[in-house]
Amino acid sequence: MEHLELFFKSIFIDNMVFATFLGMCSYLAVSKKVSTAVGLGAAVIFVLAVTVPVNWLLDQYILQPGALTWLGAEYADYDLSFLSFIMFIATIATMVQLVEIVVEKFSPSLYNSLGIFLPLIAVNCAILGGSLFMQSREIESIGLAFNYGISSGIGWFLAILAIAAIREKIRYSNVPAPLRGLGITFIITGLMAIGFMSFGGMLTGGDDEATKEPETAQVEQVEEKEQKLAENTTTINE
Amino acid sequence: MGLLSKKDAKLITDPLADNNPITIQVLGICSALAITAQLKASIVMSLSVLFVMGVGNVVISLIRNIIPSKIRIIVQLTVVAALVIIVDQVLKAYAYSLSKELSVFIGLIITNCIIMGRFEAFALGNGPWKSFLDGIGNALGYAVILVIVGFFRELLGSGTLLGFKVLGDPIEKTGLYAIGYENNGFMLLSPMALIVVGIIIWVQRSRNKDLIED
Repeated sequence: MEHLELFFKSIFIDNMVFATFLGMCSYLAVSKKVSTAVGLGAAVIFVLAVTVPVNWLLDQYILQPGALTWLGAEYADYDLSFLSFIMFIATIATMVQLVEIVVEKFSPSLYNSLGIFLPLIAVNCAILGGSLFMQSREIESIGLAFNYGISSGIGWFLAILAIAAIREKIRYSNVPAPLRGLGITFIITGLMAIGFMSFGGMLTGGDDEATKEPETAQVEQVEEKEQKLAENTTTINE
Repeated sequence: MGLLSKKDAKLITDPLADNNPITIQVLGICSALAITAQLKASIVMSLSVLFVMGVGNVVISLIRNIIPSKIRIIVQLTVVAALVIIVDQVLKAYAYSLSKELSVFIGLIITNCIIMGRFEAFALGNGPWKSFLDGIGNALGYAVILVIVGFFRELLGSGTLLGFKVLGDPIEKTGLYAIGYENNGFMLLSPMALIVVGIIIWVQRSRNKDLIED
């Protein structure tokens, strides 16, 4: 269930574009046509799906405080987390180079239509943001990391698909001249973000962790009471 | 401005309005929207970007003739990542609560399109002094937008500026609150940042008709 919850949470509630504004530059630049938007969105999903688990492994076994214990007990105090930025960006740049080679081999038409934007995915805030959020939210297993990568990518893909479709349609609308192009896109994105906020109550109708803690506390209290009752009855019987 | 020639002064003043990195060049949008709910966060982010761009532009300009073209993106990323790690550690040391609020977005300065954009467009082809001015100019243009958005969002959203209650006390109903004014909590939510920037673009392009897109 944890996987399903993370999946839907990352697509709708923590949507990369509407909740945290990651990847806005290429989002604004590529969304003029639906076909290029679809291509870029797919590339972003693929890169996120690959880089988030790899960075999770790096974080788990090299970067976290105490992560180096597999080398030997004397390394337990090392905290290399200050190197996170540079290591994450290095893996991302490498993976993007790989994706570029694969896309060029298997789909030259997609490679040509994406043009400069494929290598620019390496500096897309969404990719680095995915890895950094994975680290700051302390995602627990590689399966969840993979899940998080794919679902964040799908969320980004949905956002760019929606705005591209809308931008194609408003080309025939009467937008005031100073707002044409960039300005109206900002305002439309703002309105879509407000719309996406409505997904906030989707999973639990409220704060998940806040409801779980009182329940476990109550269960523990009831167990303690039962133990005390059992002890009291034994003493009475004696 | 005695020590800057007219052309050099233009490197700083252009990005403040007519060639603004956020509203005209469409770079650096991500962080401009996400952290501007408080004026303090906007100012700290602007100072961080100012440092990274100033030093980064100079470094890249100094080594521009030695970088092989094939790996220049990786070299640029390395330089920026190193500078951002410095900024991050300094913030963690001297302003820990603020660094927790800004959390991921300090790291995202690395992928801030303005920095890489100006490296490619300017620092790789010009001398260190000019690159330094260009970096400062663009960082100031970025700061202007961030401060404006942060100012309006904090003022209208929580009635404070930099933490000081400027409109009166909402609980004791002094100042503006005495006549029934209420804070617009919506302004603190992220979508409003997009709409405020949209309005800034609207105002800017109405005043300067050359910037209107077709």
